[in-house]
Amino acid sequence: MKASRQRLAGLIRKEFLQVLRDPSSLAIAFVMPVFLLLLFGYGVSLDAKHVPVGLVVEHNSPESREFTAGFEHSEYFQTHYYHDMRTAQQALRAKQINAIVHLQADFDRQLSGGEPAAIQVILDGVDANNARLLNGYIQGVWQNWLNSRAERRGQRPSTAVQLQPRIWYNSALRSRNFLVPGLIAVIMTLIGALLTALVVAREWERGTLEALIATPVSVREILLGKLIPYYLLGMGGMLLAIAMAVWLFQVPLLGSLWVLLVCGSLFMLVALGMGLLISIAAKNQFVAGQIAIIVTFLPAFILSGFLFNIDSMPAAVQAFTYLVAARYFVAILQTVFLAGNIWAIIIPNALALLLMAMIFLGLALWRAPCRLE
Amino acid sequence: MWLRIYALLIKEFLNLLKDKKSRFVLIVPPIVQLFVFGYAATYDLNQVPIAVYNEDQGQASRELIARFTGAPAFKEVLRIERHAQIADALDSKQVLLVLHLGQHFSRDLLTGRQPAVAQLLLDGRDSNTAQIALGYAQSVISNFNFDWARQRHKTLPPAKLVVRAWFNPNLESRWFIVPGIVGLLTLVVTMIVTALSVAREREQGTFDQLLVTPLTPAEILLGKAVPGLLIGVLEASFSILMAVFWFRIPLLGSLAALYLGIVLYVFSVIGVGLMISSLSVTQQQGLLGGFLVIVPAVILSGYATPIANMPEWVQHLTLFNPLRYFLVIIRGVFLEGLGTGDLLDQYWPLAVIGLCCLICAGWLFRKRLY
Repeated sequence: MKASRQRLAGLIRKEFLQVLRDPSSLAIAFVMPVFLLLLFGYGVSLDAKHVPVGLVVEHNSPESREFTAGFEHSEYFQTHYYHDMRTAQQALRAKQINAIVHLQADFDRQLSGGEPAAIQVILDGVDANNARLLNGYIQGVWQNWLNSRAERRGQRPSTAVQLQPRIWYNSALRSRNFLVPGLIAVIMTLIGALLTALVVAREWERGTLEALIATPVSVREILLGKLIPYYLLGMGGMLLAIAMAVWLFQVPLLGSLWVLLVCGSLFMLVALGMGLLISIAAKNQFVAGQIAIIVTFLPAFILSGFLFNIDSMPAAVQAFTYLVAARYFVAILQTVFLAGNIWAIIIPNALALLLMAMIFLGLALWRAPCRLE
Repeated sequence: MWLRIYALLIKEFLNLLKDKKSRFVLIVPPIVQLFVFGYAATYDLNQVPIAVYNEDQGQASRELIARFTGAPAFKEVLRIERHAQIADALDSKQVLLVLHLGQHFSRDLLTGRQPAVAQLLLDGRDSNTAQIALGYAQSVISNFNFDWARQRHKTLPPAKLVVRAWFNPNLESRWFIVPGIVGLLTLVVTMIVTALSVAREREQGTFDQLLVTPLTPAEILLGKAVPGLLIGVLEASFSILMAVFWFRIPLLGSLAALYLGIVLYVFSVIGVGLMISSLSVTQQQGLLGGFLVIVPAVILSGYATPIANMPEWVQHLTLFNPLRYFLVIIRGVFLEGLGTGDLLDQYWPLAVIGLCCLICAGWLFRKRLY
């Protein structure tokens, strides 16, 4: 037992030295989270402000000015005026503006007629999500204008039903509040898999694994020796990321830190286990690197629910997301940060992570190279 | 000279393709990913679980609820009976939103003295989805209002919005995302092939052997660049075929404009990849370098979130990103029907990025040589 502990300590020391001497591992664990979080935190935003919108007003009148004032006083828009539709359409094609709002020459006359006056809106639909949000903002301006116009004339607003939205957990709809916690999961996936994906493959390729197998250390000791240093590095990276989320990006942390750390540990084990498994199966750094990138970054980015809503995906793809560990961790992170310790979310997701960690580490142990071919 | 380059190319291709596993990782995962992500990456809401809490007994409230539950975006999974259940349903993410109609809903609607209030409680943990759901709900309500006024001969609102979207009339986000994925996957595959190519030879010691052959650094560079170019262009072509024939994304513009874009894009990615590769001594460093380029390139490209929403200094950074230009090209050609002439502003930065990086890579090679 004592001998085994000594062997393990020796292996861990070896891995640590290897990490310290090839600065790229330290860079993965500490520089990368800072770099990525800064980049994502500032770069990924879904909050459109000052969207350039073209206004074509064919006949300038008090009514039309009342309407366009709504656009000028809103921080969502930056208005550009055009005299005719042709120039406005050219501007839309040239991407100078994202939408055109068109008031026809007989706007005033139509307003007093029986049928509603038509206000034409043309959206640049290339970025469909953006166009849809913009459409929502324009509808808001229109609704406000309708209400205040009715009020000024002493009429009742013509809306029968009024929608009263209440947004829980993130009432200002700051997209950074949900993106930054989700990003921690994406970044930890990268770190965990990258740290370990190459470590066994590298020993295979260099032939040093033969040397290790020839020593009295067992397979389990080799794997533990690889796991422990990288686990510590990864957790250090995670603490750093949480600190940045709270202090730099001002994301409220309503739940408790220890819940985050326990779940983070589980997630780290999954990520490292996945990396080890890839590296054992691949035996070749090129293949291991390629697989690590393919099974980690893009799935964590697209299939974790961090950016795209999982419930809207087709059933087959939804089933696929259950295999993505980041999915569980994203749910935990977003809840613990924005809503608090809600056990109904934390426990099932943490159990899923535990199960995945056991499967990956078990597979890694089972597939571990115990003899030379 | 041509013979030497020819021989070098054969060696490079053998290096990449002779191993079954590396052949596999170059071919299969991109196909699977295009397929899965093409379906997964959408901002459109589809059958999102919602709950209804109706305290009103009237016919009108049932009519409004039917409009919500009948919309393809929503699916009612829970009927709430008590106020306390609302928090449970939202907290546990069982539903994305709760539609709450108070006791006086029908009465207010019928008397018309004040607007009847429909309360909508949304889970803002994912604020983008919440905002999109709010937009859907708003359009359900405004349709309801319009029909209600028309049926009862009430006064219609004095003006209405007639909205049309150019280039993507139904605003399907798949039309926007799938062409983006073509750029993404081409980036990943090309980058990995080139970023690890020199690093691998360095680590295995075969780079020194290569340097003592009569090959000049420029020739070595060419030998490393051509396989990347070929694989990148093939990868992109295959993805485009899938986008057109499987996902049915309309391809309106000219193929020539698209292919000019692809070749320039792959060229610039190769430049970046080879520069990373010539800087790194081990494959781990090469992989890390590749990563440190791929991840920001994806984030800062306008692939998932608009560049216009980024702070100004980040917007300037995106000017160095090849994917940014390529996304404009591929989306422009697919959806807007642009031709070569419209895209010149996107072509030249790609060429410049590629050339600068290749010159750097060549210089770094030579530095190691002497």
